[in-house]
Amino acid sequence: MKLTLHVWRQTSHTDPGGFQRYDAPDISADMSFLEMLDVVNERITEHGGEPIAFEHDCREGICGSCGMMINGVPHGPKTMITACQLHMRSFNDGDEIWIEPWRANAFPVIKDLVVRRDSFDDIIAAGGYISVRTGSAPDGNAVPVPKVYADEAMDAATCIGCGACVAACPNASAMLFTSAKVAHLGQLPQGQTERWDRVLNMVEAHDDAGFGNCTNHGACQLACPKGISVDYIAQLNRDLVRATLRARPTG
Amino acid sequence: MELNSRIPEGPIEEKWDNHRFEMKLVNPSNKRKYSVIIVGSGLAGASAAATMGELGYEVKVFTYHDSPRRAHSIAAQGGINAAKNYQNDGDSIYRLFYDTVKGGDFRSREANVYRLSQISLDIIDQAVAQGVPFAREYGGMLANRSFGGAQVSRTFYARGQTGQQLLLGAYQALERQVREGKVKVHNRAEMLDVVVVDGVARGIVVRDMLTGKVERHAADAVVLATGGYSNVFFLSTNAKACNVTATWRAHRRGAGFANPCFTQIHPTCIPPSGDYQSKLTLMSESLRNDGRIWVPEEAGDERRAAQIPESERDYYLERLYPSFGNLTPRDIASRRAKEMVDAGHGVGARKNGVFLDFSHAIDRLGRETISERYGNLFAMYEKITGEDPYRVPMRIYPAPHYTMGGLWVDYNLMSNVPGLFVIGEANFSDHGANRLGASALMQGLADGYFVVPMTIGNYLAKVTPGQVDDDHAAFADTERDATDRVERLLAVNGTRTVDSFHIELGKIVWEACGMSRSEKGLKKALERIPQLRDEFWSDVRVPGSGDNLNQSLEKAGRVADFMEFAEVMCHDALARDESAGAHYRVEHTTEEGEAKRDDENFAHAAVWEFNGVGEAPTLHKESLEFEYVELSQRSYK
Repeated sequence: MKLTLHVWRQTSHTDPGGFQRYDAPDISADMSFLEMLDVVNERITEHGGEPIAFEHDCREGICGSCGMMINGVPHGPKTMITACQLHMRSFNDGDEIWIEPWRANAFPVIKDLVVRRDSFDDIIAAGGYISVRTGSAPDGNAVPVPKVYADEAMDAATCIGCGACVAACPNASAMLFTSAKVAHLGQLPQGQTERWDRVLNMVEAHDDAGFGNCTNHGACQLACPKGISVDYIAQLNRDLVRATLRARPTG
Repeated sequence: MELNSRIPEGPIEEKWDNHRFEMKLVNPSNKRKYSVIIVGSGLAGASAAATMGELGYEVKVFTYHDSPRRAHSIAAQGGINAAKNYQNDGDSIYRLFYDTVKGGDFRSREANVYRLSQISLDIIDQAVAQGVPFAREYGGMLANRSFGGAQVSRTFYARGQTGQQLLLGAYQALERQVREGKVKVHNRAEMLDVVVVDGVARGIVVRDMLTGKVERHAADAVVLATGGYSNVFFLSTNAKACNVTATWRAHRRGAGFANPCFTQIHPTCIPPSGDYQSKLTLMSESLRNDGRIWVPEEAGDERRAAQIPESERDYYLERLYPSFGNLTPRDIASRRAKEMVDAGHGVGARKNGVFLDFSHAIDRLGRETISERYGNLFAMYEKITGEDPYRVPMRIYPAPHYTMGGLWVDYNLMSNVPGLFVIGEANFSDHGANRLGASALMQGLADGYFVVPMTIGNYLAKVTPGQVDDDHAAFADTERDATDRVERLLAVNGTRTVDSFHIELGKIVWEACGMSRSEKGLKKALERIPQLRDEFWSDVRVPGSGDNLNQSLEKAGRVADFMEFAEVMCHDALARDESAGAHYRVEHTTEEGEAKRDDENFAHAAVWEFNGVGEAPTLHKESLEFEYVELSQRSYK
């Protein structure tokens, strides 16, 4: 198929950037979206240009590296997949495709489609863990976990940290990301001890990183390639209220 | 090159315990004076960093990703083995040890494998306590599944995302140490070289991938946790950035490279669909629990799967290996698939796959059960191929997946360069000539959580902290080498892209040193690789500059190292004039077409010493003693 691409090119954070047009005349329907970009990049390189920078690694939807707006939608037109899992059979011959980086203050553009997502690490470092020193764990079966809780924890834990939720949100909030970790750990008996501190600290780190507040649009859930539910945000809010009320005054 | 495996004395069950007692300890209040560099943030690197941070060492982690959570361990699907015997089906530490040594076709070190089996129990406990949401039974107990090469159910799993969940557990533990101030993570920092001062590893040189600045980092010990080199084949199931640079650069600085020709080809991957193919996607081996592998009995059969009656299907693994059936080890399952395709029984438009059929399992267990077990894998398959595996059989074909070879290490996981430790897939130690499914996660975490944090203390206890800092001449020299190389890559300004060279190299290595190897093919490859390397250095085009994010430049550096590494891999395959596990020399087969070992001449780890680019490397041998598992022809019939 023949396609026309409009790709956001930007040399650095300070460069204003802009769309550039590329013809992609020889695209197979069986290619993945990123393979299509590979083909375009090979041609740009052969013609003496600089290829489009985009992040990618596992190319099977689990590492969370790839992420771009495709025709204004995070990860493109299909639901429940990442850009690397999108195949060109989802497009038609003659289509024009607009490709942009995630847009969020907390995700500054580094180059072209590559953005900085370090703030996700900061949110996890603020409390997205269970404090258990290596070697100090009891037997794996010592604490039974009802299957339904284990399954729900797993549903939340499947977040790949790609940032699509932020890109989709009109407020550029990372509340879906944050709540997925709060819900994953808060669902398990092992996660109870730190449950209240965790939610307070993670939400604080979220706000400090410059993400916006959640106002319940729900766009994040639609954009999430792993189908993380906004129910977790509700759960986070419940935990946050309880934790705030429980919090001992400081100082 | 001195190769002292430092295997502790005593009966195999007591070696690790004895060793832990005999090792020197660093006083708790002195630990903060010691700094450790860890390169790589996958299961091995992240777990080692978290644990060493907890112990009190000053830890610096380097990853070329934008976050430690993106390391390729994240993509492991099927599970992690542990000899818990929760199923009461006859498992034991000894059985896991035995299965692993046998599965590795008797080319691994018994003492290391036994320790791995012992530690497997602690890993599960640790992961559960961290909140890893393993699959559970209705009673709340941990669930298990079976994997190839074993007749017990000892594999723990979190749907088809076990690697993801274990890595997130380790990553979270790591981030906790970041918050504690014990670990500093350097994202988007690619290691370009190891700094060796008077034969001792003292630090590394890295390139900041955003600014292009080449930086020096000194430490009292360096740990490489940089994964495997399957991407030497270009097409593999590894993530795109996986590379050999860190281990290869260490090799160039004196570390022995062991068994580079032991590369695993995974039997269940999605066959390539065209020339633009950028990587191959693995479908977890766990699918072989319920899927049945078959091809049409008649070569060249053009009918769709549903039109081929049962009587005209060849369930060749069940036919050839009645007791293991579809759960034969990976090397055997892969080779048999290749034979079927080569003989014209291939399926799909390009006739490049075999069927993996779930219709019987769906009839027996119901769609819901199958969906619960493999739902995300089925969905992944459908996204890629556009075919629904609930209705039509999957098409699968083997693909490079894991590398058993790696830097040589002793029992303490230290290379022959003092101060340079190597853990996880990057070392050679535990899987011999073939790794069993669900054992990579086990080894990465065993090394990272439980082995290297102990053994590194024994090393550090004998050195004075901060002996060499980064203004030493060796740091300046190494930095200059790295900078020069970057400049050379940018200066070639030829006509061909980096990928075009990588693809060509991959084809050469796949044909000569892939699923089957021959003397003739390997010799031809050894002639061709240096030519291609020369072409690369005279005709590659690396656009852009070195002072900002330049993905072509990053790739070029990695491919340049693969160009050198591919040679030692072929040398190793040529020198190993036997078949063993995944290393299948066509000259050495049993009457039944299995790999035929030559224990008299090849019961050793082949350890290569670097003599210069294009120079033949020198072979050293660590002989392998089998005191507990009797050497025998593997049989899965």
